[in-house]
Amino acid sequence: MPQVFHRSFNTLSRASVFGSLFILGFVAWAVNVFVNSSYATNQGVVREQPVPFSHEHHVTGLGIDCRYCHDAAEKSAQAGMPPTKTCMNCHQQIWTGSATLAPVRASFQTDQSLAWTRVHRLADFAYFNHSAHVNKGFGCSTCHGEVQKMPLAWQHGTLLMNWCLDCHRQPERFVRPRDEVYNMDWHPPADQEQQGRELVRKNGIRSLMNCSTCHH
Amino acid sequence: MSTGAPHWRDVASKDDAERLRALAETEFPGGVEASPIDRRRFLALAGASLGLAGLSGCMRAPAEKIVPFVHPVEGRVPGKPLYYATSMTLAGSATGLLVESYEGRPIKVEGNPAHPSSLGATDVFAQASVLGLYDPDRSKTVTYLGRPRIMGDLAGPLREALATAKHGKGLRILTETVGSPSLIRQRGELLERYPEARWHSYEPAMSGAASAGARMVFDQSVRTHYDLSKADVLVALDADFLGSGPGHLRYAHDFAARRREPLTAERMNRLYAVEPTPTITGARADHRLPVLARDVIHVARALANALGIGKWTDAPPDAATASFVQALADDLRSRRPGTTLVVAGDNQPAALAALVQAINRHLGNFGGTVLHTGVSEAPEDAGLSSLVELASDMREGRVTTLVNLSGNPVYTAPADLGFADAMKRVPLCVHLGLYQDETADYCQWHIPEAHYLEAWGDARGHDGTASIAQPLIAPLYAGKSALEVVGMLSGEPGRSGYEMVRETWQAHGSKQAGGFETWWRRTLHEGVIAGSASPTIEPRWRDDWQARAGLNGAAPARNAGPLEIVFRPDPTVFDGRFANNGWLQELPKPLTKLTWENVALISPATAQALGIKAATEGPHAGSHGEAIAPVVELTYGGQTLRAPAWVFPGQADGSIAVHLGYGRTRAGTLGSNIGFDANRLRASAAPHFGPGLDIRTTTTTTTLACTQLHQSMVDRQPVRTADLATFLKEPRFAQESAHTEGGDRRHPLTLYPDDHPMKGPQWGMVVDLNACTGCGACVVACQAENNISVVGKEQVARGREMHWMRIDRYFSGDSANPTAHVQPVMCMHCENAPCELVCPVEATTHSPDGLNEMTYNRCVGTRYCSNNCPYKVRRFNFLAFADYATASLKLLRNPDVTVRSRGVMEKCTYCVQRIREAEIDANNRKRPLRDGDVITACQAVCPTRAIVFGDIHDANSQVAKLRESQRNYGLLEELNTRPRTTYLASVRNPNPRLETR
Repeated sequence: MPQVFHRSFNTLSRASVFGSLFILGFVAWAVNVFVNSSYATNQGVVREQPVPFSHEHHVTGLGIDCRYCHDAAEKSAQAGMPPTKTCMNCHQQIWTGSATLAPVRASFQTDQSLAWTRVHRLADFAYFNHSAHVNKGFGCSTCHGEVQKMPLAWQHGTLLMNWCLDCHRQPERFVRPRDEVYNMDWHPPADQEQQGRELVRKNGIRSLMNCSTCHH
Repeated sequence: MSTGAPHWRDVASKDDAERLRALAETEFPGGVEASPIDRRRFLALAGASLGLAGLSGCMRAPAEKIVPFVHPVEGRVPGKPLYYATSMTLAGSATGLLVESYEGRPIKVEGNPAHPSSLGATDVFAQASVLGLYDPDRSKTVTYLGRPRIMGDLAGPLREALATAKHGKGLRILTETVGSPSLIRQRGELLERYPEARWHSYEPAMSGAASAGARMVFDQSVRTHYDLSKADVLVALDADFLGSGPGHLRYAHDFAARRREPLTAERMNRLYAVEPTPTITGARADHRLPVLARDVIHVARALANALGIGKWTDAPPDAATASFVQALADDLRSRRPGTTLVVAGDNQPAALAALVQAINRHLGNFGGTVLHTGVSEAPEDAGLSSLVELASDMREGRVTTLVNLSGNPVYTAPADLGFADAMKRVPLCVHLGLYQDETADYCQWHIPEAHYLEAWGDARGHDGTASIAQPLIAPLYAGKSALEVVGMLSGEPGRSGYEMVRETWQAHGSKQAGGFETWWRRTLHEGVIAGSASPTIEPRWRDDWQARAGLNGAAPARNAGPLEIVFRPDPTVFDGRFANNGWLQELPKPLTKLTWENVALISPATAQALGIKAATEGPHAGSHGEAIAPVVELTYGGQTLRAPAWVFPGQADGSIAVHLGYGRTRAGTLGSNIGFDANRLRASAAPHFGPGLDIRTTTTTTTLACTQLHQSMVDRQPVRTADLATFLKEPRFAQESAHTEGGDRRHPLTLYPDDHPMKGPQWGMVVDLNACTGCGACVVACQAENNISVVGKEQVARGREMHWMRIDRYFSGDSANPTAHVQPVMCMHCENAPCELVCPVEATTHSPDGLNEMTYNRCVGTRYCSNNCPYKVRRFNFLAFADYATASLKLLRNPDVTVRSRGVMEKCTYCVQRIREAEIDANNRKRPLRDGDVITACQAVCPTRAIVFGDIHDANSQVAKLRESQRNYGLLEELNTRPRTTYLASVRNPNPRLETR
């Protein structure tokens, strides 16, 4: 009976067995790159908004505290988006004729809400609670980055699970004194590890790594 | 009876345990065939689906909008639910509620602890009412002859009709039982304006026998309610006071309070039940006597004779009844006055209610366990007579305008009234209803009704306590409440229900400290009008009561001959008004465990005599829930219909029970054309039971979805029970069978080191089987809290229902009159969980606080965990059961619980979302978690407080104390799973003189 395959197929098959490792490796690498890319995570993507609200101007320029607008951050899972009334508290007095602010005035007059574009979209099966983190000494800038330098807001982290777990594994690396939570210019001191461990102990911070902490 | 008494689940398996065992050993029950797909095709499909699944992961999340308020809402914190007090009225009696509102959408109902008819609990109907609110089949617009109109279009014809009729002659209003003080006030105003108009009321599932009976024995109209906390001996004469009717939640609470820990001989009460068809109350009874419905009054007469009240010369009852009655009479006589209680059922004639008043008076129970109040402002229950009168007036053309408020008389009226045909003779018919139902079909005009969560109202509880019902949401479909429609008829169109309710209470509220507005706000907050319970009175007893009740002379001779038919409201869809509610349809009926269907219940002996076979397992059955039942032909009062026959132990011989609420034609997508319409057999002369039923077997069979055959645990003693004497002798009877080391059941035999990390509170649950009545409220509460899908009859028949908890029902003893046992079973959160070991992707894991976690987003659907679970509490999404498409149902979802998709396993989580919320809340307040901070959904709703949840390592917690109880045992403990959910064994308190069962 003649050979079905030509002798050269031996080499070809060895090459493809060997090569498949590279191919699999490449696929794994490509998937990893894609999943972590800003295309998939929206990390760093600046969002168009109905009103080009600048955190940079309001926070750095005017020194307004985060909680003036995001007033539920200490009380609730959500930080809260300000009602139009919060904008109008000031803008009834200043920049009353500004064309940029026309949608805000229109909203206030017509009682129609402004529709902001969501910047941080967490997966539906993950439950994050602002108050749990803020009250234990995790600052806004730890997750949201330097918001005080953002003319239009973007997403600072990847919001991937390993990004959350980086901190959940080692909370002492990120925790800060509670009165520094809303300080957007806070940077970890040189002895963060030591100070962090002290804060973890004092604030009763647990390294919660079990699934139902966030998934229920 | 000791723990050793064999428990069985149905008639067939009792005699045939061998067959069941064989069934359990068959890997694939009948109906499973080899796959028709060959290997190549399988690989191709698997490859393609893998590729497509991978691609679907590449989709980017869509951009979302955040839409904040324009003006901030006072008291609202985004992301935090708010609770509002309101109340739900069913058959004229209210249950106080606290309804959870998330971002303006009511999503979950809890009981109002301040309301005397609730005490924090609710029944299945209140739990499922949020689904009713969002039901996509609700009527959405005013219609005239089926075409959309606006409300204003109706005003003209109505004004014309009212103007032509002098003083409202020919105007008729038909309602269900009215319990709302505001509606009663409106009714008064309407009748003042139109003195010739008539107001009829009809409650399909109630008879008004209690008030009629009271009128026979007292010289005034009286309402009766009970204080079960004082009752040592209770007798239910065809009365299901633990399962239905006004105040049943309170009664169940007070009854069970005497059976929970600490369990002593002095505290334990004793319940006797005499009934034709098994009820929740009968299932809890220490002694149950099945008798024909028509014989209940004979038992009562014999009891009265034995107590020396009447001197009737009735024919002596049969030996079993005689000894039952004698022992019961002796037991009642031996007690102190005011510590016993006899209750007559609403489905029985008024004469029984009168006789039972006399028995209670003789036993000195008035003012003790039996409380009388005046009838406040409510009109008396007219029973069926009012509807009969209306039907004959319509037939004779005396009705020119008929306004149907809320009811559905075309469906619910007894067939012999010919109500639908009579309605055709009425020139102007207006219907107010939640659905375009059968009655809407016969009315020219239909107005969509506002759901009770959309409308202002008020109501009274079982003891007369008034409460305001406030809306949780603006009407979704511009619905009107009955109040507003009556206001329209009274010439006050456009007046809102809010104004009318405030006006009703203006006089009362103005007298309170701080004036009306302060009182109004406080009342809305509390949900209960303080001090509004009707004061108890001592009505004067009439000496001619026997004559008035028609009880003079000997009873008519009892003829054992003809078969009897008994009509009862369905335990889950009631009189049919909840027929389109998927949660209630899929909730297994408390005792039969049937879903989506009604049947004719027949006792085993009667079935044998008639040649009717018990249901058999279907081709997909095995341990699943498909049952093939024979169809029989029921003929009664000249009407014939076909119904599946269900041989059911405990049903009285010679009595066939059928449940109302099925066979509807215009209920909606879910509720139409399922089951049979028992109203077609009902006669207005005897609407609740009557003799003369003719039953014929047929050759046809039908498929029923019954969860009874699921999850067999034969021979494992899942429910451990003893009588009181045994319990007092061996208090640890329930713990004997555990496989333990050194006799301590908390240190089971194991080779493995005890190395579970345990940090923080250790969650656990105890279920007291002595308190549980098996009502099923916990099952619906769990469904509402955890976004659990409805799967439909066909899937239930395949054993694919998604309920995270089920209530198992077992029988023991004689199949003619067995003792029923119920047992809620949910995930046990085993410390050595068999499911965790076999998950290949670590989707189910153990948390440091002792939860058996299920992480949906990790699950790949191997179902190994479910295979390995000895309790069979895991549920798999075989299909895409969750409804992602229907807009109104999206509003219903609990935002704290993930909606599960196809191919994902799920199970009880101990309401982990509530645990995490409570932990964060305690942290934010900088205090440790306290016992009672976490209340699971099933625990919160339970009327008998049978379910207790908490930290088992906190020695002071209630749950830790209950785990130390002598009655505590774990289900299948011998498997060494170390379940965190444990049970307290059931203890019955039989009369030693009757202890033959």
